[in-house]
Amino acid sequence: MPKLEDYRGQIPAWCPGCGNFGILKTFKEALVELEIEPYQIIIVSGIGQAGKLPHYLKCNTFNGLHGRTLPVATGIRLTNHEMLVIAVAGDGDCYGEGGNHLLHAMRRNINVKLFVHDNQIYGLTKGQASPTSMEGMVTKNQPFGVLSEQLNPVALGVALDCSFVARSFSGDGEHLKEMMKQAIKHKGFALLDIFQPCVVFNKVNTHEWYKQRVYHIEPEYNPEDRIEAFKRALEWGDRIPIGVIYRNNRPIMEERIPIIKDSPLLRQPLDASKTETALREFY
Amino acid sequence: MDYSIKIGGEAGQGIQTIGDTLSKVFSRAGYHVFTHQDYESRIRGGHNFYQIRFSDKPVSSSREKIDILVALDKASIHLHEREITDGGQIVYDSTTLRQKYERSEFLDVPFMDLAKESGGSKIMANTVAVGSVLGMLGMNLEILSNILKDTFKKKGEEVIRANENAAQAGHDYAIKQCLKCSFSVAPKGPPRMLISGVEAIAVGAYSAGCKFYSAYPMTPSTGIMIYLNSKIREFGVLVEQAEDEIAAINMALGASFAGVRAMTGTSGGGFALMVEGLSLAAMTETPIVIALGQRPGPATGFPTRTEQGELLFALHAAHGEFPRIVFTPGTPEQAFFLTNKAFDLAEKYQVPAFILFDQYLADSEWTFEEFNLEKIRYQDYRLRGEAFRSLQEYKRHAFTENGISPLGVPGDAKHLVVTDSDEHDEEGHIVEDAETRVRMVEKRLLKKLPLIREEIEPPFLYGNSDPEIVITGFGSTFGVLKEAVDHLSGKREIAFLHFTEISPFPLTEKFDYIKILKGAKITICVENNATGQFARMVRSETGHLFDEHIRKNDGRPFLLEELIGELDAKVGRL
Repeated sequence: MPKLEDYRGQIPAWCPGCGNFGILKTFKEALVELEIEPYQIIIVSGIGQAGKLPHYLKCNTFNGLHGRTLPVATGIRLTNHEMLVIAVAGDGDCYGEGGNHLLHAMRRNINVKLFVHDNQIYGLTKGQASPTSMEGMVTKNQPFGVLSEQLNPVALGVALDCSFVARSFSGDGEHLKEMMKQAIKHKGFALLDIFQPCVVFNKVNTHEWYKQRVYHIEPEYNPEDRIEAFKRALEWGDRIPIGVIYRNNRPIMEERIPIIKDSPLLRQPLDASKTETALREFY
Repeated sequence: MDYSIKIGGEAGQGIQTIGDTLSKVFSRAGYHVFTHQDYESRIRGGHNFYQIRFSDKPVSSSREKIDILVALDKASIHLHEREITDGGQIVYDSTTLRQKYERSEFLDVPFMDLAKESGGSKIMANTVAVGSVLGMLGMNLEILSNILKDTFKKKGEEVIRANENAAQAGHDYAIKQCLKCSFSVAPKGPPRMLISGVEAIAVGAYSAGCKFYSAYPMTPSTGIMIYLNSKIREFGVLVEQAEDEIAAINMALGASFAGVRAMTGTSGGGFALMVEGLSLAAMTETPIVIALGQRPGPATGFPTRTEQGELLFALHAAHGEFPRIVFTPGTPEQAFFLTNKAFDLAEKYQVPAFILFDQYLADSEWTFEEFNLEKIRYQDYRLRGEAFRSLQEYKRHAFTENGISPLGVPGDAKHLVVTDSDEHDEEGHIVEDAETRVRMVEKRLLKKLPLIREEIEPPFLYGNSDPEIVITGFGSTFGVLKEAVDHLSGKREIAFLHFTEISPFPLTEKFDYIKILKGAKITICVENNATGQFARMVRSETGHLFDEHIRKNDGRPFLLEELIGELDAKVGRL
């Protein structure tokens, strides 16, 4: 049985008061409560403050390039589908640089869990707009305010029939933990968008801003109704829903590839005699 | 005996089917065969051709002159009729071309009508054409019948018989009508293997234990993915068509990190997108093999044609300093063994390795007696299972004597496997300090590079062992250069130095090729590009300056007579 202590990693280099601390703490608790040992998980992360997360706990880690978490995670899962693979990214990383990969990961329904630390701003590069920054937000790099419409990741997930779409808030630890656990337990690609205040650069979407707006989706809500889910995904403004917005039971990609049905690719031996057989066909 | 056959026509007319079938007949009849394809970037229309050369002696290039032209359209006639040898023939169907040619080198065979009469469908016109060519050559149809049986096995007995009848009709018609055909071809010996560059790379990858291939389709590398997918149940190599080349290389890196040998393939434009991933492979010391098929650039360039224009790109692509392995095979056999070796070294040293080829090698088919499979290397360098579990301590990027850190499979032991694209410590965690940085560069680059260089084979010397004239090349020019040297060696002391393992550049201990270059009166570098990239590489690696250069950058390969002419002009003054 793993203990919280087993997950103690390096000392985070995040700013004091960063929403990431809450996400890290909750994530460790979720893993311990699910009885997952550090060696049983691979975390793939990108670049940005979120990308540093795996260093601050204990796990197998591939901290790769900005925007490229999902292709790496896909390659890992196709090779070893007995491992729990979690991709950790920020809003710039996943919705900007790696946007194309997100679309295709949802289409594939690879059984990877994607946790997006969504602070609606670029932190590491010091305060430029991100794809989820609200229209009109003025930054040093957007002097006329953000001109593009805000990307809505949960609506995008519903539109692409993403297997699991949820949203939570770093300031609501119990809720976040529940969402993380559900995402991990769900069979299929899971997008969990996590609101997280950036205390240094985002003066609009603050802890208070989120706290005043987010509400828990009511228990009688049916996340399997795609039309209702889309309506719920579009809610934004004074009231913003958090919880499981959409869920389906599409078969996962790994199960649809016959050659890895009986054992993971990783465990399959090389049969040298087949080289000779293959070459015979060229005569 | 040395015959060339060209099949010309529009895309979609079946040029490839006719060409592949005839090549197979000749290789099964025991001949040496060399084929090359010239096609446009379109699905229908345009002008394409397939050229087959076969002989009782080894052949490894295409010639300018052709003995039989199978013209499926009028363009083929006016583009290629002057290539016909004395005694050569142009076979065509006047009904399809809507034109009758009366000159004696033309043979009008009603492909379409004979197909309908004998086979019951005009679809078999191409089988009639194959039959006619074999009739013109005086070959019987026994081998072709067997090929038809293999090809149409799934379609059933009736389709096989209809095709056999169509072939027979074309064959008999040609024998009766081609009064001037003086070719004489009879089966010569046991069947030879007929294999193309991309097929050889694909089988080579399997032989090396490749388990994962991710790519985005791009000529001329797509054939690797198609071949692996055609064998997916036998080989069990998981092939994933990625959403773009960035995803392709990152998926392959994910697979490699998770514990299997992985590969990606592309051409220059796709490789441009992969470049950040190449750098990631280097920093995380994740083994990967990249098949890079060159075609003429810049940008989209000539999408279906050939060039050796990406040598310096492959050597220098990606930010940061790190070791890389680059192999440039010149034949399908070399492609097979070098792909095998690339996987071995990539995993042994945890570095990226390239198979740098081009459209000419990709699509050309060569014949071989066999590949000596005893030369295949396979050693698993990863730390797995019990061996991993029994370790007291594990650090993914541990400092070691030779710079190689243990490559653990994540999940196989309680030890954690951590790696990072940031500079990292031995455990794989992010660092900022100067001392660790210096030690990591020493480990990743400075310690490994000399060890990898020891594994590199020197260039291959062909011809005179103390030559006055040395011709140098790399990659796909091997075949044509070899034949050109054969041709010129009667009159002169000439040799050919061919490089297939170029990065790290070979040492001179095993073979002092620099002495050969220095001892020659004239050294000539031949390459399929505009700026002499290989000559530049040789100069920067060895200081040697070539006296003469022969370059070609029209998107086409060197043809034998053309190259002999150019070489003759360069060495004429000796």
